[in-house]
Amino acid sequence: MPEPGKTLDIDTSPHLKSGASVDIIMRNVVVALLPISVFAIYLFGLAALVTLIAATLSCVLTEHLLCRANDKPSTVGDWSVVVTGVIYGLTLPPGLPVWMVIVGGVTGVGLGKFLFGGLGYNAFNPALIGRAFLQAAFPVAMTSWYAPLAADRFVTLPSSTLTLPFATPVYDVLTGPTPLAALKFDGDVTATGDLLLGLTSGSTGETGAVLILAGGLYLIARNMMNWRIPAAILLTVFVLSWIFHRIDPGSYPDPVFMLFAGGLMLGAVFMATDMVASPMTGLGCALYGLLIGALVVVIRLWGGMPEGVMYAILLANAFSPHIDNLIRPRVYGTQRRESP
Amino acid sequence: MLSLLRRYPSFTHGVHLPDAKDDTCQEAIRQFPFAPVLVVPLSQHAGKPSVPTVREGEEVSRGQCIAAADGFVSVPQHAPVTGTVRRIGLAPSIAGAMTPAIYLEPYPGSSQEVAEGEPCNIDQSTPDDIVAAIQAAGIVGLGGAAFPTHVKLRPPDGKVMEVLMINGVECEPYLTTDHRVMLEQTDDVHTGIRYLLKATGATRAIIGIEANKLDAVDALRAAIPADLPVSVEPVAVKYPQGAEKMLITALLDREVPSSGLPLDVGVVVVNVATTAEIGRLLPHGRGIQERVVTISGPAVGRKGNYRIPIGTPLRFALEQVDLSPDVSRVFLGGPMMGQALSSLDIPITKGTSGFVAFTSAETRASPSEQPCIRCAYCVDACPIHLNPSQLGLLAMNAEYDRMADEFNLMDCFECGSCAYVCPSHIPLVQRFRVAKAIVRKRRAA
Repeated sequence: MPEPGKTLDIDTSPHLKSGASVDIIMRNVVVALLPISVFAIYLFGLAALVTLIAATLSCVLTEHLLCRANDKPSTVGDWSVVVTGVIYGLTLPPGLPVWMVIVGGVTGVGLGKFLFGGLGYNAFNPALIGRAFLQAAFPVAMTSWYAPLAADRFVTLPSSTLTLPFATPVYDVLTGPTPLAALKFDGDVTATGDLLLGLTSGSTGETGAVLILAGGLYLIARNMMNWRIPAAILLTVFVLSWIFHRIDPGSYPDPVFMLFAGGLMLGAVFMATDMVASPMTGLGCALYGLLIGALVVVIRLWGGMPEGVMYAILLANAFSPHIDNLIRPRVYGTQRRESP
Repeated sequence: MLSLLRRYPSFTHGVHLPDAKDDTCQEAIRQFPFAPVLVVPLSQHAGKPSVPTVREGEEVSRGQCIAAADGFVSVPQHAPVTGTVRRIGLAPSIAGAMTPAIYLEPYPGSSQEVAEGEPCNIDQSTPDDIVAAIQAAGIVGLGGAAFPTHVKLRPPDGKVMEVLMINGVECEPYLTTDHRVMLEQTDDVHTGIRYLLKATGATRAIIGIEANKLDAVDALRAAIPADLPVSVEPVAVKYPQGAEKMLITALLDREVPSSGLPLDVGVVVVNVATTAEIGRLLPHGRGIQERVVTISGPAVGRKGNYRIPIGTPLRFALEQVDLSPDVSRVFLGGPMMGQALSSLDIPITKGTSGFVAFTSAETRASPSEQPCIRCAYCVDACPIHLNPSQLGLLAMNAEYDRMADEFNLMDCFECGSCAYVCPSHIPLVQRFRVAKAIVRKRRAA
């Protein structure tokens, strides 16, 4: 028996916790991203390694320093900024000048996350904010691609990577268009096998479709990702592009190409599913995915750019709170939702 | 194995909890000794406190009525022990405030025979007689709510009670009192159902039991009298299956209207231990003077289910079961909806279904709150289909009226599923409790 004067701890119910925590979720996302990162380094060598490290470090340091500067405890420990950093790095072209990588990282976390109030309050995916900034500021550098599996990729860095700030990057001869750009501007179709295996030009981490899907399945199995979002996006893209391909196979690529080319896989699985910027209900997530899928097809087939995943997701992010406002589950014991 | 594959009826959403019942579910109910002093509070139930009918110094016998009901929404109290009324005065209560209570000192030489009252003969009683007898026996909801049972047996005009639902779900982790009562008092349960059917005019009774207690399902099924229209139905093991709205949905596929009662869908729900107590007491005209309590948790040496006299001080009870000196937290009721106690110097009352005690070794400091990341775990957990995340954000901005008017705050029954799953450790239920209290105050004004 305890002593008569012993005090007991009190708290409010429930006194049990499931054990879930933000940092566990975020660490699992990092784990799911690791195979993709390793494959990217295998494809693009030192260029990918340097890009990923610069992207992650710039994001993490930006958040840490901004917290310090505002007399707040650093929020780096919740791992969310690490997720942002790695995803951001995976969306960049390997060989992008390091200083640009850092500028985008600082912008993404500073403008896209911290300014909104930090984790939980960012309306848009911070990694994509950083990338969108770079796309607007450095359109040429952001669309210069290296071919994968260059012979000297583990020995030398591409000259562009180490370009001094504000100098024009010089590209080596081994540049090659992405499958989407090849199709849009030259009318060349990439072999499906190469697409599936990811042996194409592209952003650092967007080419390994199989590994991306495996990472997504891992997170879905752990209940850390809403499967409806990638499922709705991929299904919408497949169905819409199948329809157009049936109408005019000469002008519109086949649906399998649409699924596996470009950043769709990476975007659908790892970026559209950002919990903070996506809807909360099942139906809402399906609608949100449908919106992204439709926007991707529209931008790719009729837009001026070869790729549209980034803008599609950012636009849908903006709709996400409205989707949650529009689609509210019927509360138990009520007939229909009373109009807000 | 087959039983695992079978799908039992349930409700949508909810959470799966570690049930922690193995320690006590095999422990038969054991009778507890009398404490040196018993403290019987006059308000152990929802409604008006009872009025003492004894004076200080008076001798009382076990089972005798010592405080009368004050009006319809009130119940009498019965002496848990033969002895002397030491004093009538204030005693610490579970809620923290001091409340009036009767202090009894047991008489050591007594045989502790329970006084018999006037039996309630079911064949010669009208429904109103039975309702009156249930009130006279001091019966309240033994599941924890302690709402006077007889009150809900009297439907307002125009309402019909079609189904009597007996709640044997017991979905809170650690608690096994209902489980043991169902195994050991099967006949009392069925007798209680007979009284309740007659009192309510319901045409049939359903006993709902969570599928982790299939032995209780079998025991109750085997004991059903031939002429009693009762069925025993297992329901899925999921929290909060024991909430009456969730149980009604699982077994009848009916939804209790928002801010309505089970009565609105023709159902009255009575806890199974309450039913057994009705069946045990009414044939003898006795009143409640003891109840079954589970005492469990890592800090308890002799975990088990005990029949404890009402008014037994908790400190005395925990001494009997070898409470560890390292105890750091004691919860009254289960760990999901139960209350953390600040003091062990409170009496066990009719609404006490169990105590769960932890030492500092098991209880980690609660992690600090982080911002909501809109993971929607809470949305998928809420059995009422509210949006706890949205409600939590509104609570932070003190938009209480909007919470109630637009987001159905008042339908929350504080089951704790949202806070249980929240990875940001936001004390959602506590926020909602505060918000509900403020909304109620504003509406009353």
